[in-house]
Amino acid sequence: MTAFPILNVERLTKTYATAAGSLTVLKEISFELVQGATCSILGPSGSGKTTLLGLCAGLDQPTSGSVILNGIALGNIDEDERARVRNAHVGFVFQNFQLIPTLTALENVTVPMELRGDRSAEKLGVELLQRVGLAGRLAHYPAQLSGGEQQRVALARAFINQPKILFADEPTGNLDSETSESIIEIMLELNAKLRTALVLVTHDPDVARLTERTIRLRSGEMV
Amino acid sequence: MLGIAALVSIDSFRRSLAQAIDEQARTLLGADLVISSSRPFRAEEEQFLHSLGEPQAREVRFTTMAYFPVSNGTRLVHLRALGGDFPFYGTMETTPSVAAREFRDGLRAIVDESLLFQFRSRVGDQIKIGDLQFTIAGALKKIPGDASAGASFAPRVYIPLQNLEWTHLIKPGSVVRYRAYVKFPANINPAKRIATLAPQIQHFGLEFDTVEKRKKDLGEALENLYRFLNLVAFISLLLGAVGVASAIQAHLRQKIGTAAILRCLGSSAGTTVFIYLLQAVAMGLAGAIAGAGLGLLIQASLPRALQSFLPLTIPTTIFWQPILRGMLIGFAVCVLFALPPLLKFRRVSPLLVLRASVESEFPSARRDPVVWLIYALIAAGITAFAVYQAETWKRGLLFAAALGLAIAIFAGAAKLVMIGLREWFPHRASFALRQGLANLYRPDNRTLLLTVSLGLGTFLLLNLYLTRDLLLTQFSSIDRGDRPNIFFFDIQSDQKEPVEALVHSLHYPIIQEAPIVTMRLAGIKGRKTSDILADPQHKIPDWELEREYRSTYREQLSETEKITDGRWIGRMDYKPGDIVPISLDREIAKDFEAKIGDELVFDVQGVPIKTRIASLREVDWKRFQTNFFVVFPAGVLESAPGFHVLVSRVPTPADSGRLQNAIVAKFPNVAALDLSSVIQTVEGILNKVALVIRIMSLFTVGAGLIVLASTIWSGRYQRLKESILLRTLGASRAQIRKVLCAEYFFLGVLASVTGIFLALLSSGALAIFVFKLAYAPSIGPLLTAVIAVPALTVLIGLAASRGVGNAPPLAILRAELE
Repeated sequence: MTAFPILNVERLTKTYATAAGSLTVLKEISFELVQGATCSILGPSGSGKTTLLGLCAGLDQPTSGSVILNGIALGNIDEDERARVRNAHVGFVFQNFQLIPTLTALENVTVPMELRGDRSAEKLGVELLQRVGLAGRLAHYPAQLSGGEQQRVALARAFINQPKILFADEPTGNLDSETSESIIEIMLELNAKLRTALVLVTHDPDVARLTERTIRLRSGEMV
Repeated sequence: MLGIAALVSIDSFRRSLAQAIDEQARTLLGADLVISSSRPFRAEEEQFLHSLGEPQAREVRFTTMAYFPVSNGTRLVHLRALGGDFPFYGTMETTPSVAAREFRDGLRAIVDESLLFQFRSRVGDQIKIGDLQFTIAGALKKIPGDASAGASFAPRVYIPLQNLEWTHLIKPGSVVRYRAYVKFPANINPAKRIATLAPQIQHFGLEFDTVEKRKKDLGEALENLYRFLNLVAFISLLLGAVGVASAIQAHLRQKIGTAAILRCLGSSAGTTVFIYLLQAVAMGLAGAIAGAGLGLLIQASLPRALQSFLPLTIPTTIFWQPILRGMLIGFAVCVLFALPPLLKFRRVSPLLVLRASVESEFPSARRDPVVWLIYALIAAGITAFAVYQAETWKRGLLFAAALGLAIAIFAGAAKLVMIGLREWFPHRASFALRQGLANLYRPDNRTLLLTVSLGLGTFLLLNLYLTRDLLLTQFSSIDRGDRPNIFFFDIQSDQKEPVEALVHSLHYPIIQEAPIVTMRLAGIKGRKTSDILADPQHKIPDWELEREYRSTYREQLSETEKITDGRWIGRMDYKPGDIVPISLDREIAKDFEAKIGDELVFDVQGVPIKTRIASLREVDWKRFQTNFFVVFPAGVLESAPGFHVLVSRVPTPADSGRLQNAIVAKFPNVAALDLSSVIQTVEGILNKVALVIRIMSLFTVGAGLIVLASTIWSGRYQRLKESILLRTLGASRAQIRKVLCAEYFFLGVLASVTGIFLALLSSGALAIFVFKLAYAPSIGPLLTAVIAVPALTVLIGLAASRGVGNAPPLAILRAELE
């Protein structure tokens, strides 16, 4: 049986207008990812990794080409509908954690469920925080947590809506090597357990080696 | 800026006014000396008046009815029959201007312009006063000695004195004032001359008014208004300063990284603070200049708003001192308030550069003695300003304490709400509602600041409205049910029965009828009133000793009074020389320090009558009815010259006009006073006074709203970051708007409810302790505040957060918001 393609990227191009003329940061990128697959996007600074991730997750619109996420063509829907798609099918982990500073750890985790009006989020949130080892930090605000702890809260948040795909942008970029390892470990474990596809942006070849597939980018092109 | 504008405009206006009072002092009276009496001057008094030299003018003034044939309308007017060249200082302003001179010959009249407007009459039309018909020569705009607002109860009509007699309006017992206007020769010092004349004037039992007296009264009244407005302006300035402090704190929060890098590169703490202090100084300076400009604009418009109250023309001179003073105070307040967050910046650690992953916390100043010193300086400055503005130390300290208490109450309410929300959080509410509520107590919330600034503005404005309504309700509540609402007075004894018959024939009720005899108090407990007045230690208010008492006589108590002490005596068989048992109002007896059995002597139009206080009455003066300080028993005053008052009720204004027209047509000397016109006049006066106070209070609300906008704007960076993250996680724009709406709505509700609570407390205290009224606050202003403040807060909040829901979510990946 052929696995269901969760992400289909077709000839994706992104060009920005600048004072010095137009600047193409991504050129004709195409790839496909099936349910439960892991993939890393590897490349030096300025190679277009983050732009590609943003387009795949529906955070921005491409200049040309298409992105089909879980069977939905992101180019044909408006921003509020894309937000609904992200909420239903996508999880995010960022380099700078991006927790809401005014919410506690548990509240941060439950936000995606709350946004869709699901009131049963708290129990699941507690479970996920327990799973990432933060059972004793439920009521702490981000400022009261270490970098590693904040990234684990972000991980718990990413998985609360049981996404079809998880996008992680340099998730270990701000962490020490020991913490980094544990974060990658948790991500892969959840990926395996929940069959969530994983797209990991990194500039670290060692981290990239842990995924099944690697897309290498240089100056906006796949190499 | 608004605060500085308010300070500059009020102080400049006050100086313009002081200058106008000094320059135009003599136009306050129109003469150097005014001598007046409630009876025609006697031969020896006329002789005395002639000895004062020329020029002089005479005037006889009283209230009577005027009839306008053009519109077939009648109205109570203040008739002034003028002979001579008054005013000697200033001019009688009329349209056309020649009318002021020409009306003095022939059957011509000058009529208050509001009256012409009311009765759709024009120059050249007729006006009937008593038995005479006059041609309206001109419309009166202003005359020295009068503020037009004072003329609203009974608009002024001037006729030539020589025609007065043929109106046949003055009857025995009519309440009339006779005035003599005197101008001294240029080489005489009026103040010295009046000082030597005063004993003689008093000896005759005449009253007098001087320029100095008018100047003092006007100055005192305006000084009180000025002080009050200045304190309101100062509150606006303080709110503005709080806004400055909050904006600077938010600005600095974003600059912590830069400051840490500067520190890393070797910049000292002092240099780092200095860089940002310069920015604050520039902001303060810009605000001060803009504020002064706006202040001058407002100063130019204030005389227009107050013109009808002031018997002066106020120039809009530019005074540099108030401008510089306002700018200096504003600038100092701005810099002082900017200092606490700036000084905290000294404590920014260069280590932050290395710990970029940790959220940069703004350094705390709890243990910083320098910051506490600045706080102390701010408190001392506020107290010093309040003391400087208030008349006495005590009042100044009281104001500072009251302001401190109000701020403490607002801050306390905000804290309570924050604690309460944390303890009893509505976990079952919707996401947007919970987010909005939770933002009120989460780290970096602005709840305290916004509750204080918005709440203070709401409180000040609401307090003003409630007090105004309190005074108005007082009047309008009288006009309900079967309570009387129209008075006819100056009814001669022989007219009493025909007037009653006429009222009955038109099917209107006669609710009350009372005879009135005018008299003066000649002695209290064996002491002459003139002796008491001459005694510098006397405690009885002068007006109670000097006034003309309009007393009545009857057998029964009226429904607005009850006996509190002694025994009511309704009738006596009086023989000249007998001591008459009278009933006295309880409050005035207190002022006289008189009790049951004490003796009072009244001068009833030249005849002394000895009386003994037989009973004390509590009188409900608030009822629109004929009430009296002194009530005689029947059988004493029946033969004394006097008049009658008749009280009725008319259901509609049309009935009022019908009844007035019918009575005036048959009895021209009878005057009518309609309650609805009184209410309208009171409302008009209160509205005009309130307008000025409202403008100043609006500054406070304006400052509060600007603080709101700037506070929201300064927290925009954080909001933007949160909103983008929420959108990345799947929130729609509508959800983000709902969260923002919920937060601002609850902030508005908190501020308005606390403001309402304080306004109710203070207006209630005013009603009970100052106006001595049963307190029933009007619902209108309360409802308006409860709806308008949260609505405004949400509107301004959303406007200041515009674009927050639209920023592209991709920014989050690029860390563009870092």
